[in-house]
Amino acid sequence: MKARVHVMLKDGVLDPQGEAVRHALATLGFGGVTGVRQGKVIELDLTATDAAAAKTEVAKMCEKLLANTVIEKYSVEIA
Amino acid sequence: MKAAVITFPGSNCDRDLAVAFERAGATVTRVWHKDHELPNGTDIVGLPGGFSFGDYLRCGAIAARSPIMVAMAAHVARGGHAIGICNGFQILTETGLLPGALMRNAGLAFLCKRVPLRIATADSAFTAGWANGAEIRLPIAHHDGNYTIDAEGLKRLRGEDRIAFTYADNPNGAMADIAGILSENRRVLGLMPHPERAVDPALGGTDGAVMFKGLLDLAVAA
Repeated sequence: MKARVHVMLKDGVLDPQGEAVRHALATLGFGGVTGVRQGKVIELDLTATDAAAAKTEVAKMCEKLLANTVIEKYSVEIA
Repeated sequence: MKAAVITFPGSNCDRDLAVAFERAGATVTRVWHKDHELPNGTDIVGLPGGFSFGDYLRCGAIAARSPIMVAMAAHVARGGHAIGICNGFQILTETGLLPGALMRNAGLAFLCKRVPLRIATADSAFTAGWANGAEIRLPIAHHDGNYTIDAEGLKRLRGEDRIAFTYADNPNGAMADIAGILSENRRVLGLMPHPERAVDPALGGTDGAVMFKGLLDLAVAA
């Protein structure tokens, strides 16, 4: 079973990297971009066979390590 | 005073921090991050600057889960002193021993220069050698020193007089110009500037030595 974790800065937390990407896109002529937020995707291979249990377990991993919940939010997809 | 300086893979200011403690008169033990115990009688733990674990995942995130950090948390819970400098500050926020987080510098550049700082509170063992509002100069060298905390947390830091150092000319976008903060019991300090790189007149001034001398006095008094 695979899990995919998306980690993003929380809404309202300034993302200087996203802003820099937006400026670079504007320089390339992509003027229609009003906002860029940059996050990460983490893929996990799991031995679990129960999707619900796996999701709970991965959420724990997010709370303890994969995300810094002071500034980041996360979502978990099980595939 | 007995100091323990922890080395993580990728720490690069551990030796400088040990020297700064030694010059102030401390006995220093170097501790590897995989150790499970601090030396008996440790008065203060130092988490050095550097790039622990290559800054993988987030700065300080992996180091914060190293085996020695359990002993470190117990030391702090007992009322022991600790200082985290630069990457050490990032590790302290990642462990939750200090509130807030350190994000990428607002200008995105790695900053390496001496900057003016203000002593925001002299009410701690780390800052007692200065007067409130005194201006000092220390080197900074970081890519992720942009301190952030939620509005409630900032209000609390201010209300409890826990902001130790502020930038006189904010270089990295840090909220409220914060360069360093104290724990609730004022015995844990995290700061982005490097006092250990300012303990020798031949190398970047001696403002940092004031802090290390102050810590020695505290241990003698205790």
